[in-house]
Amino acid sequence: MATPPIHPTTLAPLTHEQLLRAYRQMKTIREFEERLHVEIQTGEIPGFTHLYSGQEAVAVGVCELLSDADYIVSTHRGHGHCIAKGCDVVGMMKEIYGRHDGLCKGKGGSMHIADFDKGMLGANGIVGGGQPLAVGAAIACRNRGNGTVSIAFGGDGSSNQGTVFEAMNLAVVLKVPALFVWENNGYGEHTGADYSVGSRDIAGRCRGFGMPAEVCDGSDFFAVFETMGRMVARARAGEGPAAIEARITRFFGHFEGDPQLYRAKDETKRLRESMDCLKIFRARVTAEGWLEAGELDAIDSEVLALIDRAVAEARASSPPAEADLYADVYAEY
Amino acid sequence: MPVKSMRDAINDALHLEMARDPSIIVLGEDVSGGAGGTSGEREASGGIFGVTKGLLPRFGDHRVIDTPITESAIIGAAGGAALAGLRPVAELMFADFVGVSLDQIFNQLAKFRYMFGGKTNCPAVIRLAMGAGMNMGAQHSQTMYSMLTSVPGLKVVIPSNAYDAKGLMITALRGNDPVLFFEHKALYPRKGEVPDGAYTIPFGEAALVREGEHVTVVALARMVPFAEKAIDALAKDGITCDLIDPRTTSPMDEDTILESVENTGRLVVVDESNPRCSVASDIAGMVAARGFHSLKAPVQLVTAPHTPVPFARELERAYVPSPTRIEAAIRAVMKD
Repeated sequence: MATPPIHPTTLAPLTHEQLLRAYRQMKTIREFEERLHVEIQTGEIPGFTHLYSGQEAVAVGVCELLSDADYIVSTHRGHGHCIAKGCDVVGMMKEIYGRHDGLCKGKGGSMHIADFDKGMLGANGIVGGGQPLAVGAAIACRNRGNGTVSIAFGGDGSSNQGTVFEAMNLAVVLKVPALFVWENNGYGEHTGADYSVGSRDIAGRCRGFGMPAEVCDGSDFFAVFETMGRMVARARAGEGPAAIEARITRFFGHFEGDPQLYRAKDETKRLRESMDCLKIFRARVTAEGWLEAGELDAIDSEVLALIDRAVAEARASSPPAEADLYADVYAEY
Repeated sequence: MPVKSMRDAINDALHLEMARDPSIIVLGEDVSGGAGGTSGEREASGGIFGVTKGLLPRFGDHRVIDTPITESAIIGAAGGAALAGLRPVAELMFADFVGVSLDQIFNQLAKFRYMFGGKTNCPAVIRLAMGAGMNMGAQHSQTMYSMLTSVPGLKVVIPSNAYDAKGLMITALRGNDPVLFFEHKALYPRKGEVPDGAYTIPFGEAALVREGEHVTVVALARMVPFAEKAIDALAKDGITCDLIDPRTTSPMDEDTILESVENTGRLVVVDESNPRCSVASDIAGMVAARGFHSLKAPVQLVTAPHTPVPFARELERAYVPSPTRIEAAIRAVMKD
């Protein structure tokens, strides 16, 4: 890092490169999802897709604190986490198109993308399925004694699952470096979190299990980065699990094709104005003089070109061979 | 050769492999016991069946992990630890508790390798104590292996004796796939010759426990000694049987069964599971599809009835397939 730190957060200074990378990652997630929203209409993409647009600052704010040696476990709405943890965008797009050279050879699809070299232990089609896995990875981190951590992403929906309660309790009992990131986007499928989260306080729930938990604005990269930074630092120091609840929104429905009859007519339009993490980030960094608008514009064009290439390569690629049906059920059988 | 119980044979395997491979961890309820108690006794349990005894004092609490009563988290943590490079052995205590951890077993661990395109292994061993015969009632006595044998991605091991249990456990611990290791509670004290050192028994290779010419008997776990008893009783009438113990139901050694049926033409399958969609019905279906022309008589299935496991001694005795019922089934296939 040649440039001196320019944005002193309470935790650690962010360098010029870090700021540019954070923007690039958020922009990549946004364009990846916005483009999928369009491409899905063509019918070329099989199956279910759950888009992450609107929540980018959470994935990036968290993952900018991690290295490849740290683990994350993701959800059905996992594209953002994958990109933020460093998964190859072209490989992801090919996976979502069900291609043989996708990140998981077309066997996983949108809901099951993993990249073990990047510490990305997998998105998960089962709501609340991932949190116990993250605790297991945290046991591995603790036993290695190298200060690595394991993150479980979850939404307001999974915060109601029994598996999650078990995972949080076990993490506290074993005092392992497991961190629970709650992305409260206001809806679990087609039902409001105000209804389904009985206490309306996910962070408070986590505290009830005996771990510190803080609420932050999930549309503000800096808020996520700083809040999560404190939690990661204490976990790395051996002080055990912690949680953050990022209040956020999703710009699309639960899945692509969801008519969103549970949302007020202008809700998404309004939130795209008031809670767009990219606009908020751009306004802040340019107003403070940390980044030039031109630098951000250049990233915008590069990202658009990358997504164009990803879609083109995914379209041009071929599906898995039929014999692949039988491959990789077992390591040996 | 030393004589050991099946409990001690599995304990042997865990000690040997944990000493050899530092990535093996053991986790579950009371695997050592005593954490948080008032006696100061740290290893207060060693597993409720004594299978994990001596591991905590030897390997410490980072590798021998007492958990709360939290089956989903136990299995999930084992899965996550396996993805992160460890080799976990999760004890589920009673096999019936599969009911509260099933998502982690069949949606998570079983599918990781496949749905992630072969980019990871999931070397986790789940130990489950199973079986009726101890009046433990409907929720602590089931076999469960039939249901789980149907899940692609899982391997299912069902030892019937101490020697096999040790060799199969070492194979499980050195393998790279999730293994469900079913231990019949009534077999824990069953003794046999077991070498002190490490050895492996490959999965998918049945054991030919008895050799005979008239009937092929396939039996699993506690049904193997029961079948031996029945077969020995029939010898006085000149009826001799092949007794095949598949030892693993996934993978299943179909060829050994088919070869035997080719010679005998008669098949009896003994399985402590409930009858519908059971290992017994699976083997019968397999022989019907691949060995139909060898059969001289309808296949006889000796299984538990389509009922939960009852509590009262008399009812439980009637539930579990007995040597008498096995003998009757062998005589029945001999009639045609």
